[in-house]
Amino acid sequence: MTVATPRDLEPGLQPSGWLRYFSFSLDHKVIGLQYLVCGFFFYLVGGLLAGAIRTELATPLSDFMPRDTYNEVLTLHGTVMIFLWIVPVVNGAFGNYLIPFYVGARDMAFPRLNAVAFWMIPPAGLLLISSYFLAGAAAQSGWTAYPPLSLTTPAAGQVVWILSVLLLGGSSIFGAVNFIATILKLRRPGLKMMQLPMYCWAMLGTSLLVVLSTPVLAGVLILLSFDIIAHTGFFNPALGGNVVVYQHLFWFYSHPAVYIMVLPAFGLVSEILPVHARKPLFGYTTMVYSIMAIVFLGLIVWAHHMFTSGTPPWMRLFFTIATSFIAVPTGIKFFNWLATLWGGKIALNSAMLFSCGFILNFVFGGITGITLAQVPFDIHVHDTYYVVGHFHYIVYGGTVFVIFASLYHWYPKFTGRLLNEDLGRLHFLLTFIGFNLCFLPQHWLGLNGMPRRVAEYDPTFTTLNQVSSVGALIMAISTLPLLINVVVTALNGKPAGDNPWNALTPEWLTSSPPPVENWKGAAPLVTEPYGYGQTEAQEAAR
Amino acid sequence: MTSTSTTAGSQAAINSPSGSSHTGAEQHHDARLFGLATFLVADGMTFAGFFAAYLTFRAVNPLPEGSNYELELVLPTINTVLLLISSFTFHRAGKACRANHLGASRTWLLVTGALGVAFLAGQMVEYFSLPFSLTDNLFASTFYALTGFHGLHVTLGTICIAIVALQTRPGGPISAESHFGLEAAELYWHFVDGIWVVLYGLLYLL
Repeated sequence: MTVATPRDLEPGLQPSGWLRYFSFSLDHKVIGLQYLVCGFFFYLVGGLLAGAIRTELATPLSDFMPRDTYNEVLTLHGTVMIFLWIVPVVNGAFGNYLIPFYVGARDMAFPRLNAVAFWMIPPAGLLLISSYFLAGAAAQSGWTAYPPLSLTTPAAGQVVWILSVLLLGGSSIFGAVNFIATILKLRRPGLKMMQLPMYCWAMLGTSLLVVLSTPVLAGVLILLSFDIIAHTGFFNPALGGNVVVYQHLFWFYSHPAVYIMVLPAFGLVSEILPVHARKPLFGYTTMVYSIMAIVFLGLIVWAHHMFTSGTPPWMRLFFTIATSFIAVPTGIKFFNWLATLWGGKIALNSAMLFSCGFILNFVFGGITGITLAQVPFDIHVHDTYYVVGHFHYIVYGGTVFVIFASLYHWYPKFTGRLLNEDLGRLHFLLTFIGFNLCFLPQHWLGLNGMPRRVAEYDPTFTTLNQVSSVGALIMAISTLPLLINVVVTALNGKPAGDNPWNALTPEWLTSSPPPVENWKGAAPLVTEPYGYGQTEAQEAAR
Repeated sequence: MTSTSTTAGSQAAINSPSGSSHTGAEQHHDARLFGLATFLVADGMTFAGFFAAYLTFRAVNPLPEGSNYELELVLPTINTVLLLISSFTFHRAGKACRANHLGASRTWLLVTGALGVAFLAGQMVEYFSLPFSLTDNLFASTFYALTGFHGLHVTLGTICIAIVALQTRPGGPISAESHFGLEAAELYWHFVDGIWVVLYGLLYLL
């Protein structure tokens, strides 16, 4: 049935060696690593852009680059980090690599569609970056591209931006279709849904969000491009249009997009914690229901981004309450992770350190999220650095920390070698200090009224901005131990063996790196992926 | 369309080389149609976004004085009937194919394709007779965006029908046992028809 080796995946029909990573490979493991490396490249690009932003903001005047350039850099930074780094890596990279293992399949449901989805990303990314050089000016209206701003800034760059985001959205939808079909239809016989590793549930929820919300973004961007190219007036008040409709449709995608970035991270951290704490994942069932609750609530909270857009009071009330409710399932997950760690035999290695860093950062970002859901407070800090601080605690302190944790955890699976722990801990230390130094002061800046997305600011904000910029510099430096680690390990790393963590999830029950068909024999039936730390009597009863 | 063709491509990748184990193939038929259905949910959400925008525009953005947007009802109603009939004829084509009457299946497909072309022709006639153009006002823009986006879907569907009809030729790739392409095109066509019914109600009747 599903376990028959797909003909196209047989060794010999696909390129082997490092060349396969530059080919139209159909192997989900190759595609996963393609996503990972491609995403990391764009992380460095987005990081350079962030460095330029923080350099500009180290002084109150715009003396590092012209103001228009600042707007371009800011727009590219947001778009690159979200659409080319976080979404592709936390979904595409780890999803493609792990999900077939977790459901006991040889590959994804649609290998060809999978390769198509990946190969839409590099052209889209190059298109986006090239708009800075080719079209005269890149988009300048931020990653939100709100009209009328996006209608008045240089058109060519904005159109290239729309094209690029449409490609990336299409790639995301194809990926989601594949994940849903793989998880629901390709499960190994005998494997029940409630026995799946938690990352499968996270990816199922995320993919539902992608399928339901990304097309709405595509639709609204098509209308926006009509406004720019054909001079229709959908979102142009001068022509009788309505800018708030753009905001509604944009946030109908872009709020769930936060969960598209963070739910997979929840799943990944739920895989990492039990292994390195040697304890079962606490509250499996509540985790599953929490994910689905977040999916549902995530679709009905979008207008909390629009409390200052003339939103009527009843709508403000509804979206405040709905948004506050998200704290419940998220809180359940948070306490489940703590309970998983509680009394465990914790190995404080790089993967665990980054996971704990995630828990700490994320709960802080979650709490500032609750404050932002409250209309009276939100009106005060709307469009200030408070929002920037909150957002980066979720997507960097949350998701990017988990991406790094996952890298240390699964690198031995990808390559058969262990990353160096000393460099890894140095990487964590620098990242954690740099991150908090960079983004914590931004909450104060915002509370004191410093608006976001501006190249110049009042000199009273100088000190905190300089602290933030020093933090950004430390974050930039923190990338070096990681890069050195990956290179050194690739050349001369410690062999990991097949299962260096003694993990029980199915991807470890094969060689590292795994063979093309994932397992030499039949796919193992893993009904207890988190059965750690059990007594001998329990083991015997199993 | 992309989804249809790529998933059809993966059929070769997944089917066992012998091709005789129908049970194995059956499971993947399910996955591919399921995948297409998932994609159509996404496609439907694009329309849902357009519909929501259209309804909001209507509710809160009054058109300037003297904007004329009275729509002629006869032609779109005929078009609606044509599309509904075409869903029925496509259903007959699928039934005939599964019963191994490939000739009949091809005839029904050609009738379906002809109805699709007739719909597009009707749409063109309507476009050229309308008193407003794309940029006249908000209603005009929304009208052309919605019907145009749907027309694009009908065009793609008609091309799919032509391809599938070609594949039902004697000795062609579609048979009573293996007809994923036909089933996929049928599912897509019903989807496009369903969207039109909603669109017709919202644009012409509301």
